[in-house]
Amino acid sequence: MSHSVTASPAQAENDHKGHHVTSPTLLLGVFGALMVLTVLTVWVTSIDFGNYNIFVALGVAVLKAGLVLMYFMHLRWDSPFNALIVVISLAFIMLFIAFSWIDTHQYAVNYDVPGAIAPAR
Amino acid sequence: MSTISPTHTATDPHGGHGDHAAHPAHLAHHFDDAEQQYTAGKLGMWVFLGTELLMFGGLFCAYSIYRSNFPEVFAYAHQFLDRKWGAINTIILIASSLSMAWGVRAAQLGQQFLLRVMLLLTILGGAGFMVIKTIEYTHKYHSHLFPGRVNKFSAAYAGEKVVLDSFMSEHEGSEGEPAAKGESTAGMKTEAAPAVPATPVPDAIKPHLTVVGDGPVYIDPNAGQGDAAKIVPNFSHPAGLTPAMLPASAAEAHVSAHSVMVHDNLTLTEQKRVSTFFSIYFLMTGLHGVHVLVGMGLIGWVFLKSLGGTFGPEYYTPVDLVGLYWHLVDLIWIFLFPLLYLIH
Repeated sequence: MSHSVTASPAQAENDHKGHHVTSPTLLLGVFGALMVLTVLTVWVTSIDFGNYNIFVALGVAVLKAGLVLMYFMHLRWDSPFNALIVVISLAFIMLFIAFSWIDTHQYAVNYDVPGAIAPAR
Repeated sequence: MSTISPTHTATDPHGGHGDHAAHPAHLAHHFDDAEQQYTAGKLGMWVFLGTELLMFGGLFCAYSIYRSNFPEVFAYAHQFLDRKWGAINTIILIASSLSMAWGVRAAQLGQQFLLRVMLLLTILGGAGFMVIKTIEYTHKYHSHLFPGRVNKFSAAYAGEKVVLDSFMSEHEGSEGEPAAKGESTAGMKTEAAPAVPATPVPDAIKPHLTVVGDGPVYIDPNAGQGDAAKIVPNFSHPAGLTPAMLPASAAEAHVSAHSVMVHDNLTLTEQKRVSTFFSIYFLMTGLHGVHVLVGMGLIGWVFLKSLGGTFGPEYYTPVDLVGLYWHLVDLIWIFLFPLLYLIH
C-alpha cells in the first residue's frame, strides 16, 4: 500500500499502488458462487451421508465464508496481518470447542446421556 | 513548525505536520497521513471483528456440545424450523452483502449516487431479513416454542399454573381470539396428576394432543382454530403423534421428503432436552438479529453522511469498516443456516 490516492475510475482499476477496487465482474462472480453454494447446501441435505452430513454442510459453509472473507471483505488484497487476526480468532474458537468436547465426553458418564457407559461401582 | 504549540510538539514526534491548514478535514492529528489513519482504522476494525467471532464462538461451542451429546434431539427439534424461510434469508443476506461491497466500490470511485443507492439496498436487505425473522419468531411464539425450560415440551408448562397463566394471558391478549380462550382455559387448568384432561376434549382438537413424556397432557390452545396451519410445526403433524395416528395424506406427504422424527421416539432424557435446542436457537439467531439491527443502524448513519458527499476516493473509511461489519453478520448466518435449519 502506497500513499497514492486514486481519483478516477479508470485509474483506480489499473493502479496497483492504491487501494484495491473490486471489479463488478468479480463481485457478481462471488455473489453467483455464493448462491450456487447456498442451493448446494440445501440440496445436499437430502442425501444421506450417514454421520458425514455435518461435515459436508460445514465444508460448504467454510467455502462460502472463505469467499466472503477474501473478496467481499477484501482480505485477499489487505495487509496479511488482518487475515492473521481472523485465523487466530478461529484457531482459538477451535481450541475452545475442542477442549469443551474433551471435557463433556470425559464426564458424560456422570450424566444421563444415551449411550454413555455407567461407571463401575 | 512556527505556529504549533508546545502541546502539539509533544504529540507530533515527526514534526513535519505542524501546518494544520494542510490537513484534510478527516485526518486526525495523531496520524502521519490519511493512509496511516485508514490502515490503523482497518486494523482496529479487524480486531473488533475478531472479538465478535470469539463471542459467537461461545454459542457455537454450546451448540456443538449439546448436539454431540443429544444428536437425536437436534434432529427432532430442527423440524420445527422452516428451511424455506432460512434459505430465503440466506439469499437476502448474501444479496445485501453484494450491495454493500458494491457500495464500498462506489465510494472508492467517488460515485455518490450509486453509493447512496447501494447503501439503501443494503438496509432494505437487512429489513427484509428482520421481517422474515419476525415471522419465524411469531410462529414459534404461537407454537409455544420458547427458549428456556418452560415451553411446549416441558411438563412444567402444563403443570405450573402460575407461569402458564401469565404466558397464556399475554398470548391471548395479543391474539384477540376469544374462541381460543375457552378451550385453552379448559385444557390448561387441568391438574398435573391425571393422564387425561378432566374436561371433555372437543373432537376437533383431539389430533393436536401432545403427550409430554409421562407427564401431564398438553393441549394446544389454538388447535382447531382457523390459524391452525400457523401453529402446527413445519413437519406436517404435531409432536408426539406417531404417523399411524395421522391423516394418511399428511403423513405420506412428509415421509417422502425425509424420515420424520416424532417426540415419542426420543428417550425420556432426550425429551427433557428438546427445549435446549430452542434456547440455543433463540440465543444464536437472537444475537445475530441484534447484529443485523446494529448493522442497519450503522449503514443508515453512513447513508446520512453520504448525502453530504463526505465520501470519495480520498476518504471512505466509514463505508469500508461498516461494510466489514455487515459482511461479518452475513458470515455468521452462513454457518447458522445449515447448523440450525438443515440438520440431516
